Amino acid sequence: MIEAYILHLLIFICIYAILSMSLNLITGYAGMLNLGHAAFFGIGAYASVLIVMAGFPFWLGFIAAGAIAAFFGLLLSVPALRLRGDFLAIATLAFGEIIRSILVNWTEFTRGPLGIPGIPKPEIFGIAFDSLWMYFILAFIIAAVAYFVLRHLLNSNFGIALKAIRENESVAASLGKNVNLLKMQAFVVGAFFAGLAGSLFAHYITFIDPGTFVLGETILMLLMVALGGMGSLEGSILGAIILILLPEPLRFIGLPSAVVGPLRQIIYAAILIVLVIKKPRGLLGTQWFGGIVSDSN
Amino acid sequence: MVLEQLAVNGIIAGSEYALLAIGLTLIYGILRLIHFAHGEVAMVGAYSAFVVSVVFGLPLIAGFFVAIAAGALLGIAVNRIAFRPVRKQHILIGLITAIAVSILLQNAIALFFGNDIKTYNLGAVEKGIEVFGFIITKTQIVIVFTAVALMLLTWAFIKKTKIGQQVRAVADNRELAESIGIDSEKVIACTFAFGSALAAAGGVLIAAETNLAPMMGLMPNIKAFAAIIVGGIGSIPGAIFGSYFIGLAENIGIWFLPSGYKDAIAFFILVIFLLFMPTGIFGKKKEGIEQ
Repeated sequence: MIEAYILHLLIFICIYAILSMSLNLITGYAGMLNLGHAAFFGIGAYASVLIVMAGFPFWLGFIAAGAIAAFFGLLLSVPALRLRGDFLAIATLAFGEIIRSILVNWTEFTRGPLGIPGIPKPEIFGIAFDSLWMYFILAFIIAAVAYFVLRHLLNSNFGIALKAIRENESVAASLGKNVNLLKMQAFVVGAFFAGLAGSLFAHYITFIDPGTFVLGETILMLLMVALGGMGSLEGSILGAIILILLPEPLRFIGLPSAVVGPLRQIIYAAILIVLVIKKPRGLLGTQWFGGIVSDSN
Repeated sequence: MVLEQLAVNGIIAGSEYALLAIGLTLIYGILRLIHFAHGEVAMVGAYSAFVVSVVFGLPLIAGFFVAIAAGALLGIAVNRIAFRPVRKQHILIGLITAIAVSILLQNAIALFFGNDIKTYNLGAVEKGIEVFGFIITKTQIVIVFTAVALMLLTWAFIKKTKIGQQVRAVADNRELAESIGIDSEKVIACTFAFGSALAAAGGVLIAAETNLAPMMGLMPNIKAFAAIIVGGIGSIPGAIFGSYFIGLAENIGIWFLPSGYKDAIAFFILVIFLLFMPTGIFGKKKEGIEQ
């Protein structure tokens, strides 16, 4: 029982670590506040489920989840090339709401608000990931691969160029960096990994509905990124661990679920406010949007 | 005839959005910051009126005025907690604190009142009356007239009062305004109080027409964002024009599309304007947008 509970939390930590790392690439490294990240997560989940339930193997659904989410990332990078700061944030928010609206209304395809139940557990080349242990191993491997791929990307010229854009876009451009291409790549790669996380989530929970992929989810990912530190991949993992575990004790003190839900959100929001005011660099972050913020500590 | 009826519905929706959009655009004008928790201020206003009219049993009009006062106070508090401490920092930090405040308010209300839908108990379902061939309820008539009256009040506040003049001065050039002795922090607080009071009034009107829920402010606030982008950010006539534009577009749009896409229409217009006409119809300056 306790073992199952711990494995469940570990699986969630893996999924959310992928989400927060991929959001960190877009928001923390490239400096573009993305309020539509949950839409990539949802697109990946729906893409994978619809493909697998149409009779195709899991690995195909999984890769397609990333690829289709990446395509939408490419679409969303178009406003990112023209807008800055809060205007981009609003555009990404609108994108997230448009996707949610489509998931709710395109009922022939998504069953709308009813959601899709009975999603099969993955099976890859004859290995069934139907137990908690097996699923944890799968989630852990994917999260580890995501970490190493992103780490490699961000240590390369690509990562350095992204940071340069965040620090000063004009200077980056004057040094011969193709700013538009780099921003597009950040969105595509970030969306790709969020899509993979969506597939992993859907086949674990075995039920998805549009209500899962809402703004509140993006805010949770953003909080993980901010807590761990903008521009710190390891920080995002730490942020995911802390924020998945933090509300768990609330379950055990016997509060009714109508209290636990809002209380959890209040705790998240309060941490976020105190954090950005008192420690804007997060726990492991080196910088927050360049040199603009001096750490108040 | 159905199309004309949809247009009437659009005007009612536009009147509600306008009350939120005016505050958003005033606050943007003065701080260059999008007030993300503005919809939650409207929501708290609606719940204050609920306490007065349903819990204490007083008439809704009393609740309306209490909501306006509560909205003004909340606006000042939000400025103090979320915006003032991060004023010197990057613009995205102000946006993140505002998002946090909006989650805080939604869940605080959910904790006290529950997540279920509430109403003002305005009696049995109103039967619409026919005005010039349109079906419209008395509540809806009151909504439109109250909204227009508040818009005229805004005009008087901005153009005719001393503090309104100072608001315009600070929005125009903060340093210059400070150099002639205007206390810009006081002006910012007044702008938050005024804009938030209007939002709270808008919240009561929305709740009177539909119902109350902790999430009720989110969508109208995004519609109000869309409205101020369409009208030209920072411009009050633009905000009002944009609100009616969005209200009409989403209501007439469902003549052509399934009604479930009503919200998506407003977001689509928002993205199109951001991409191709970011200064909006009445806007002049290119603020925050790549040249």
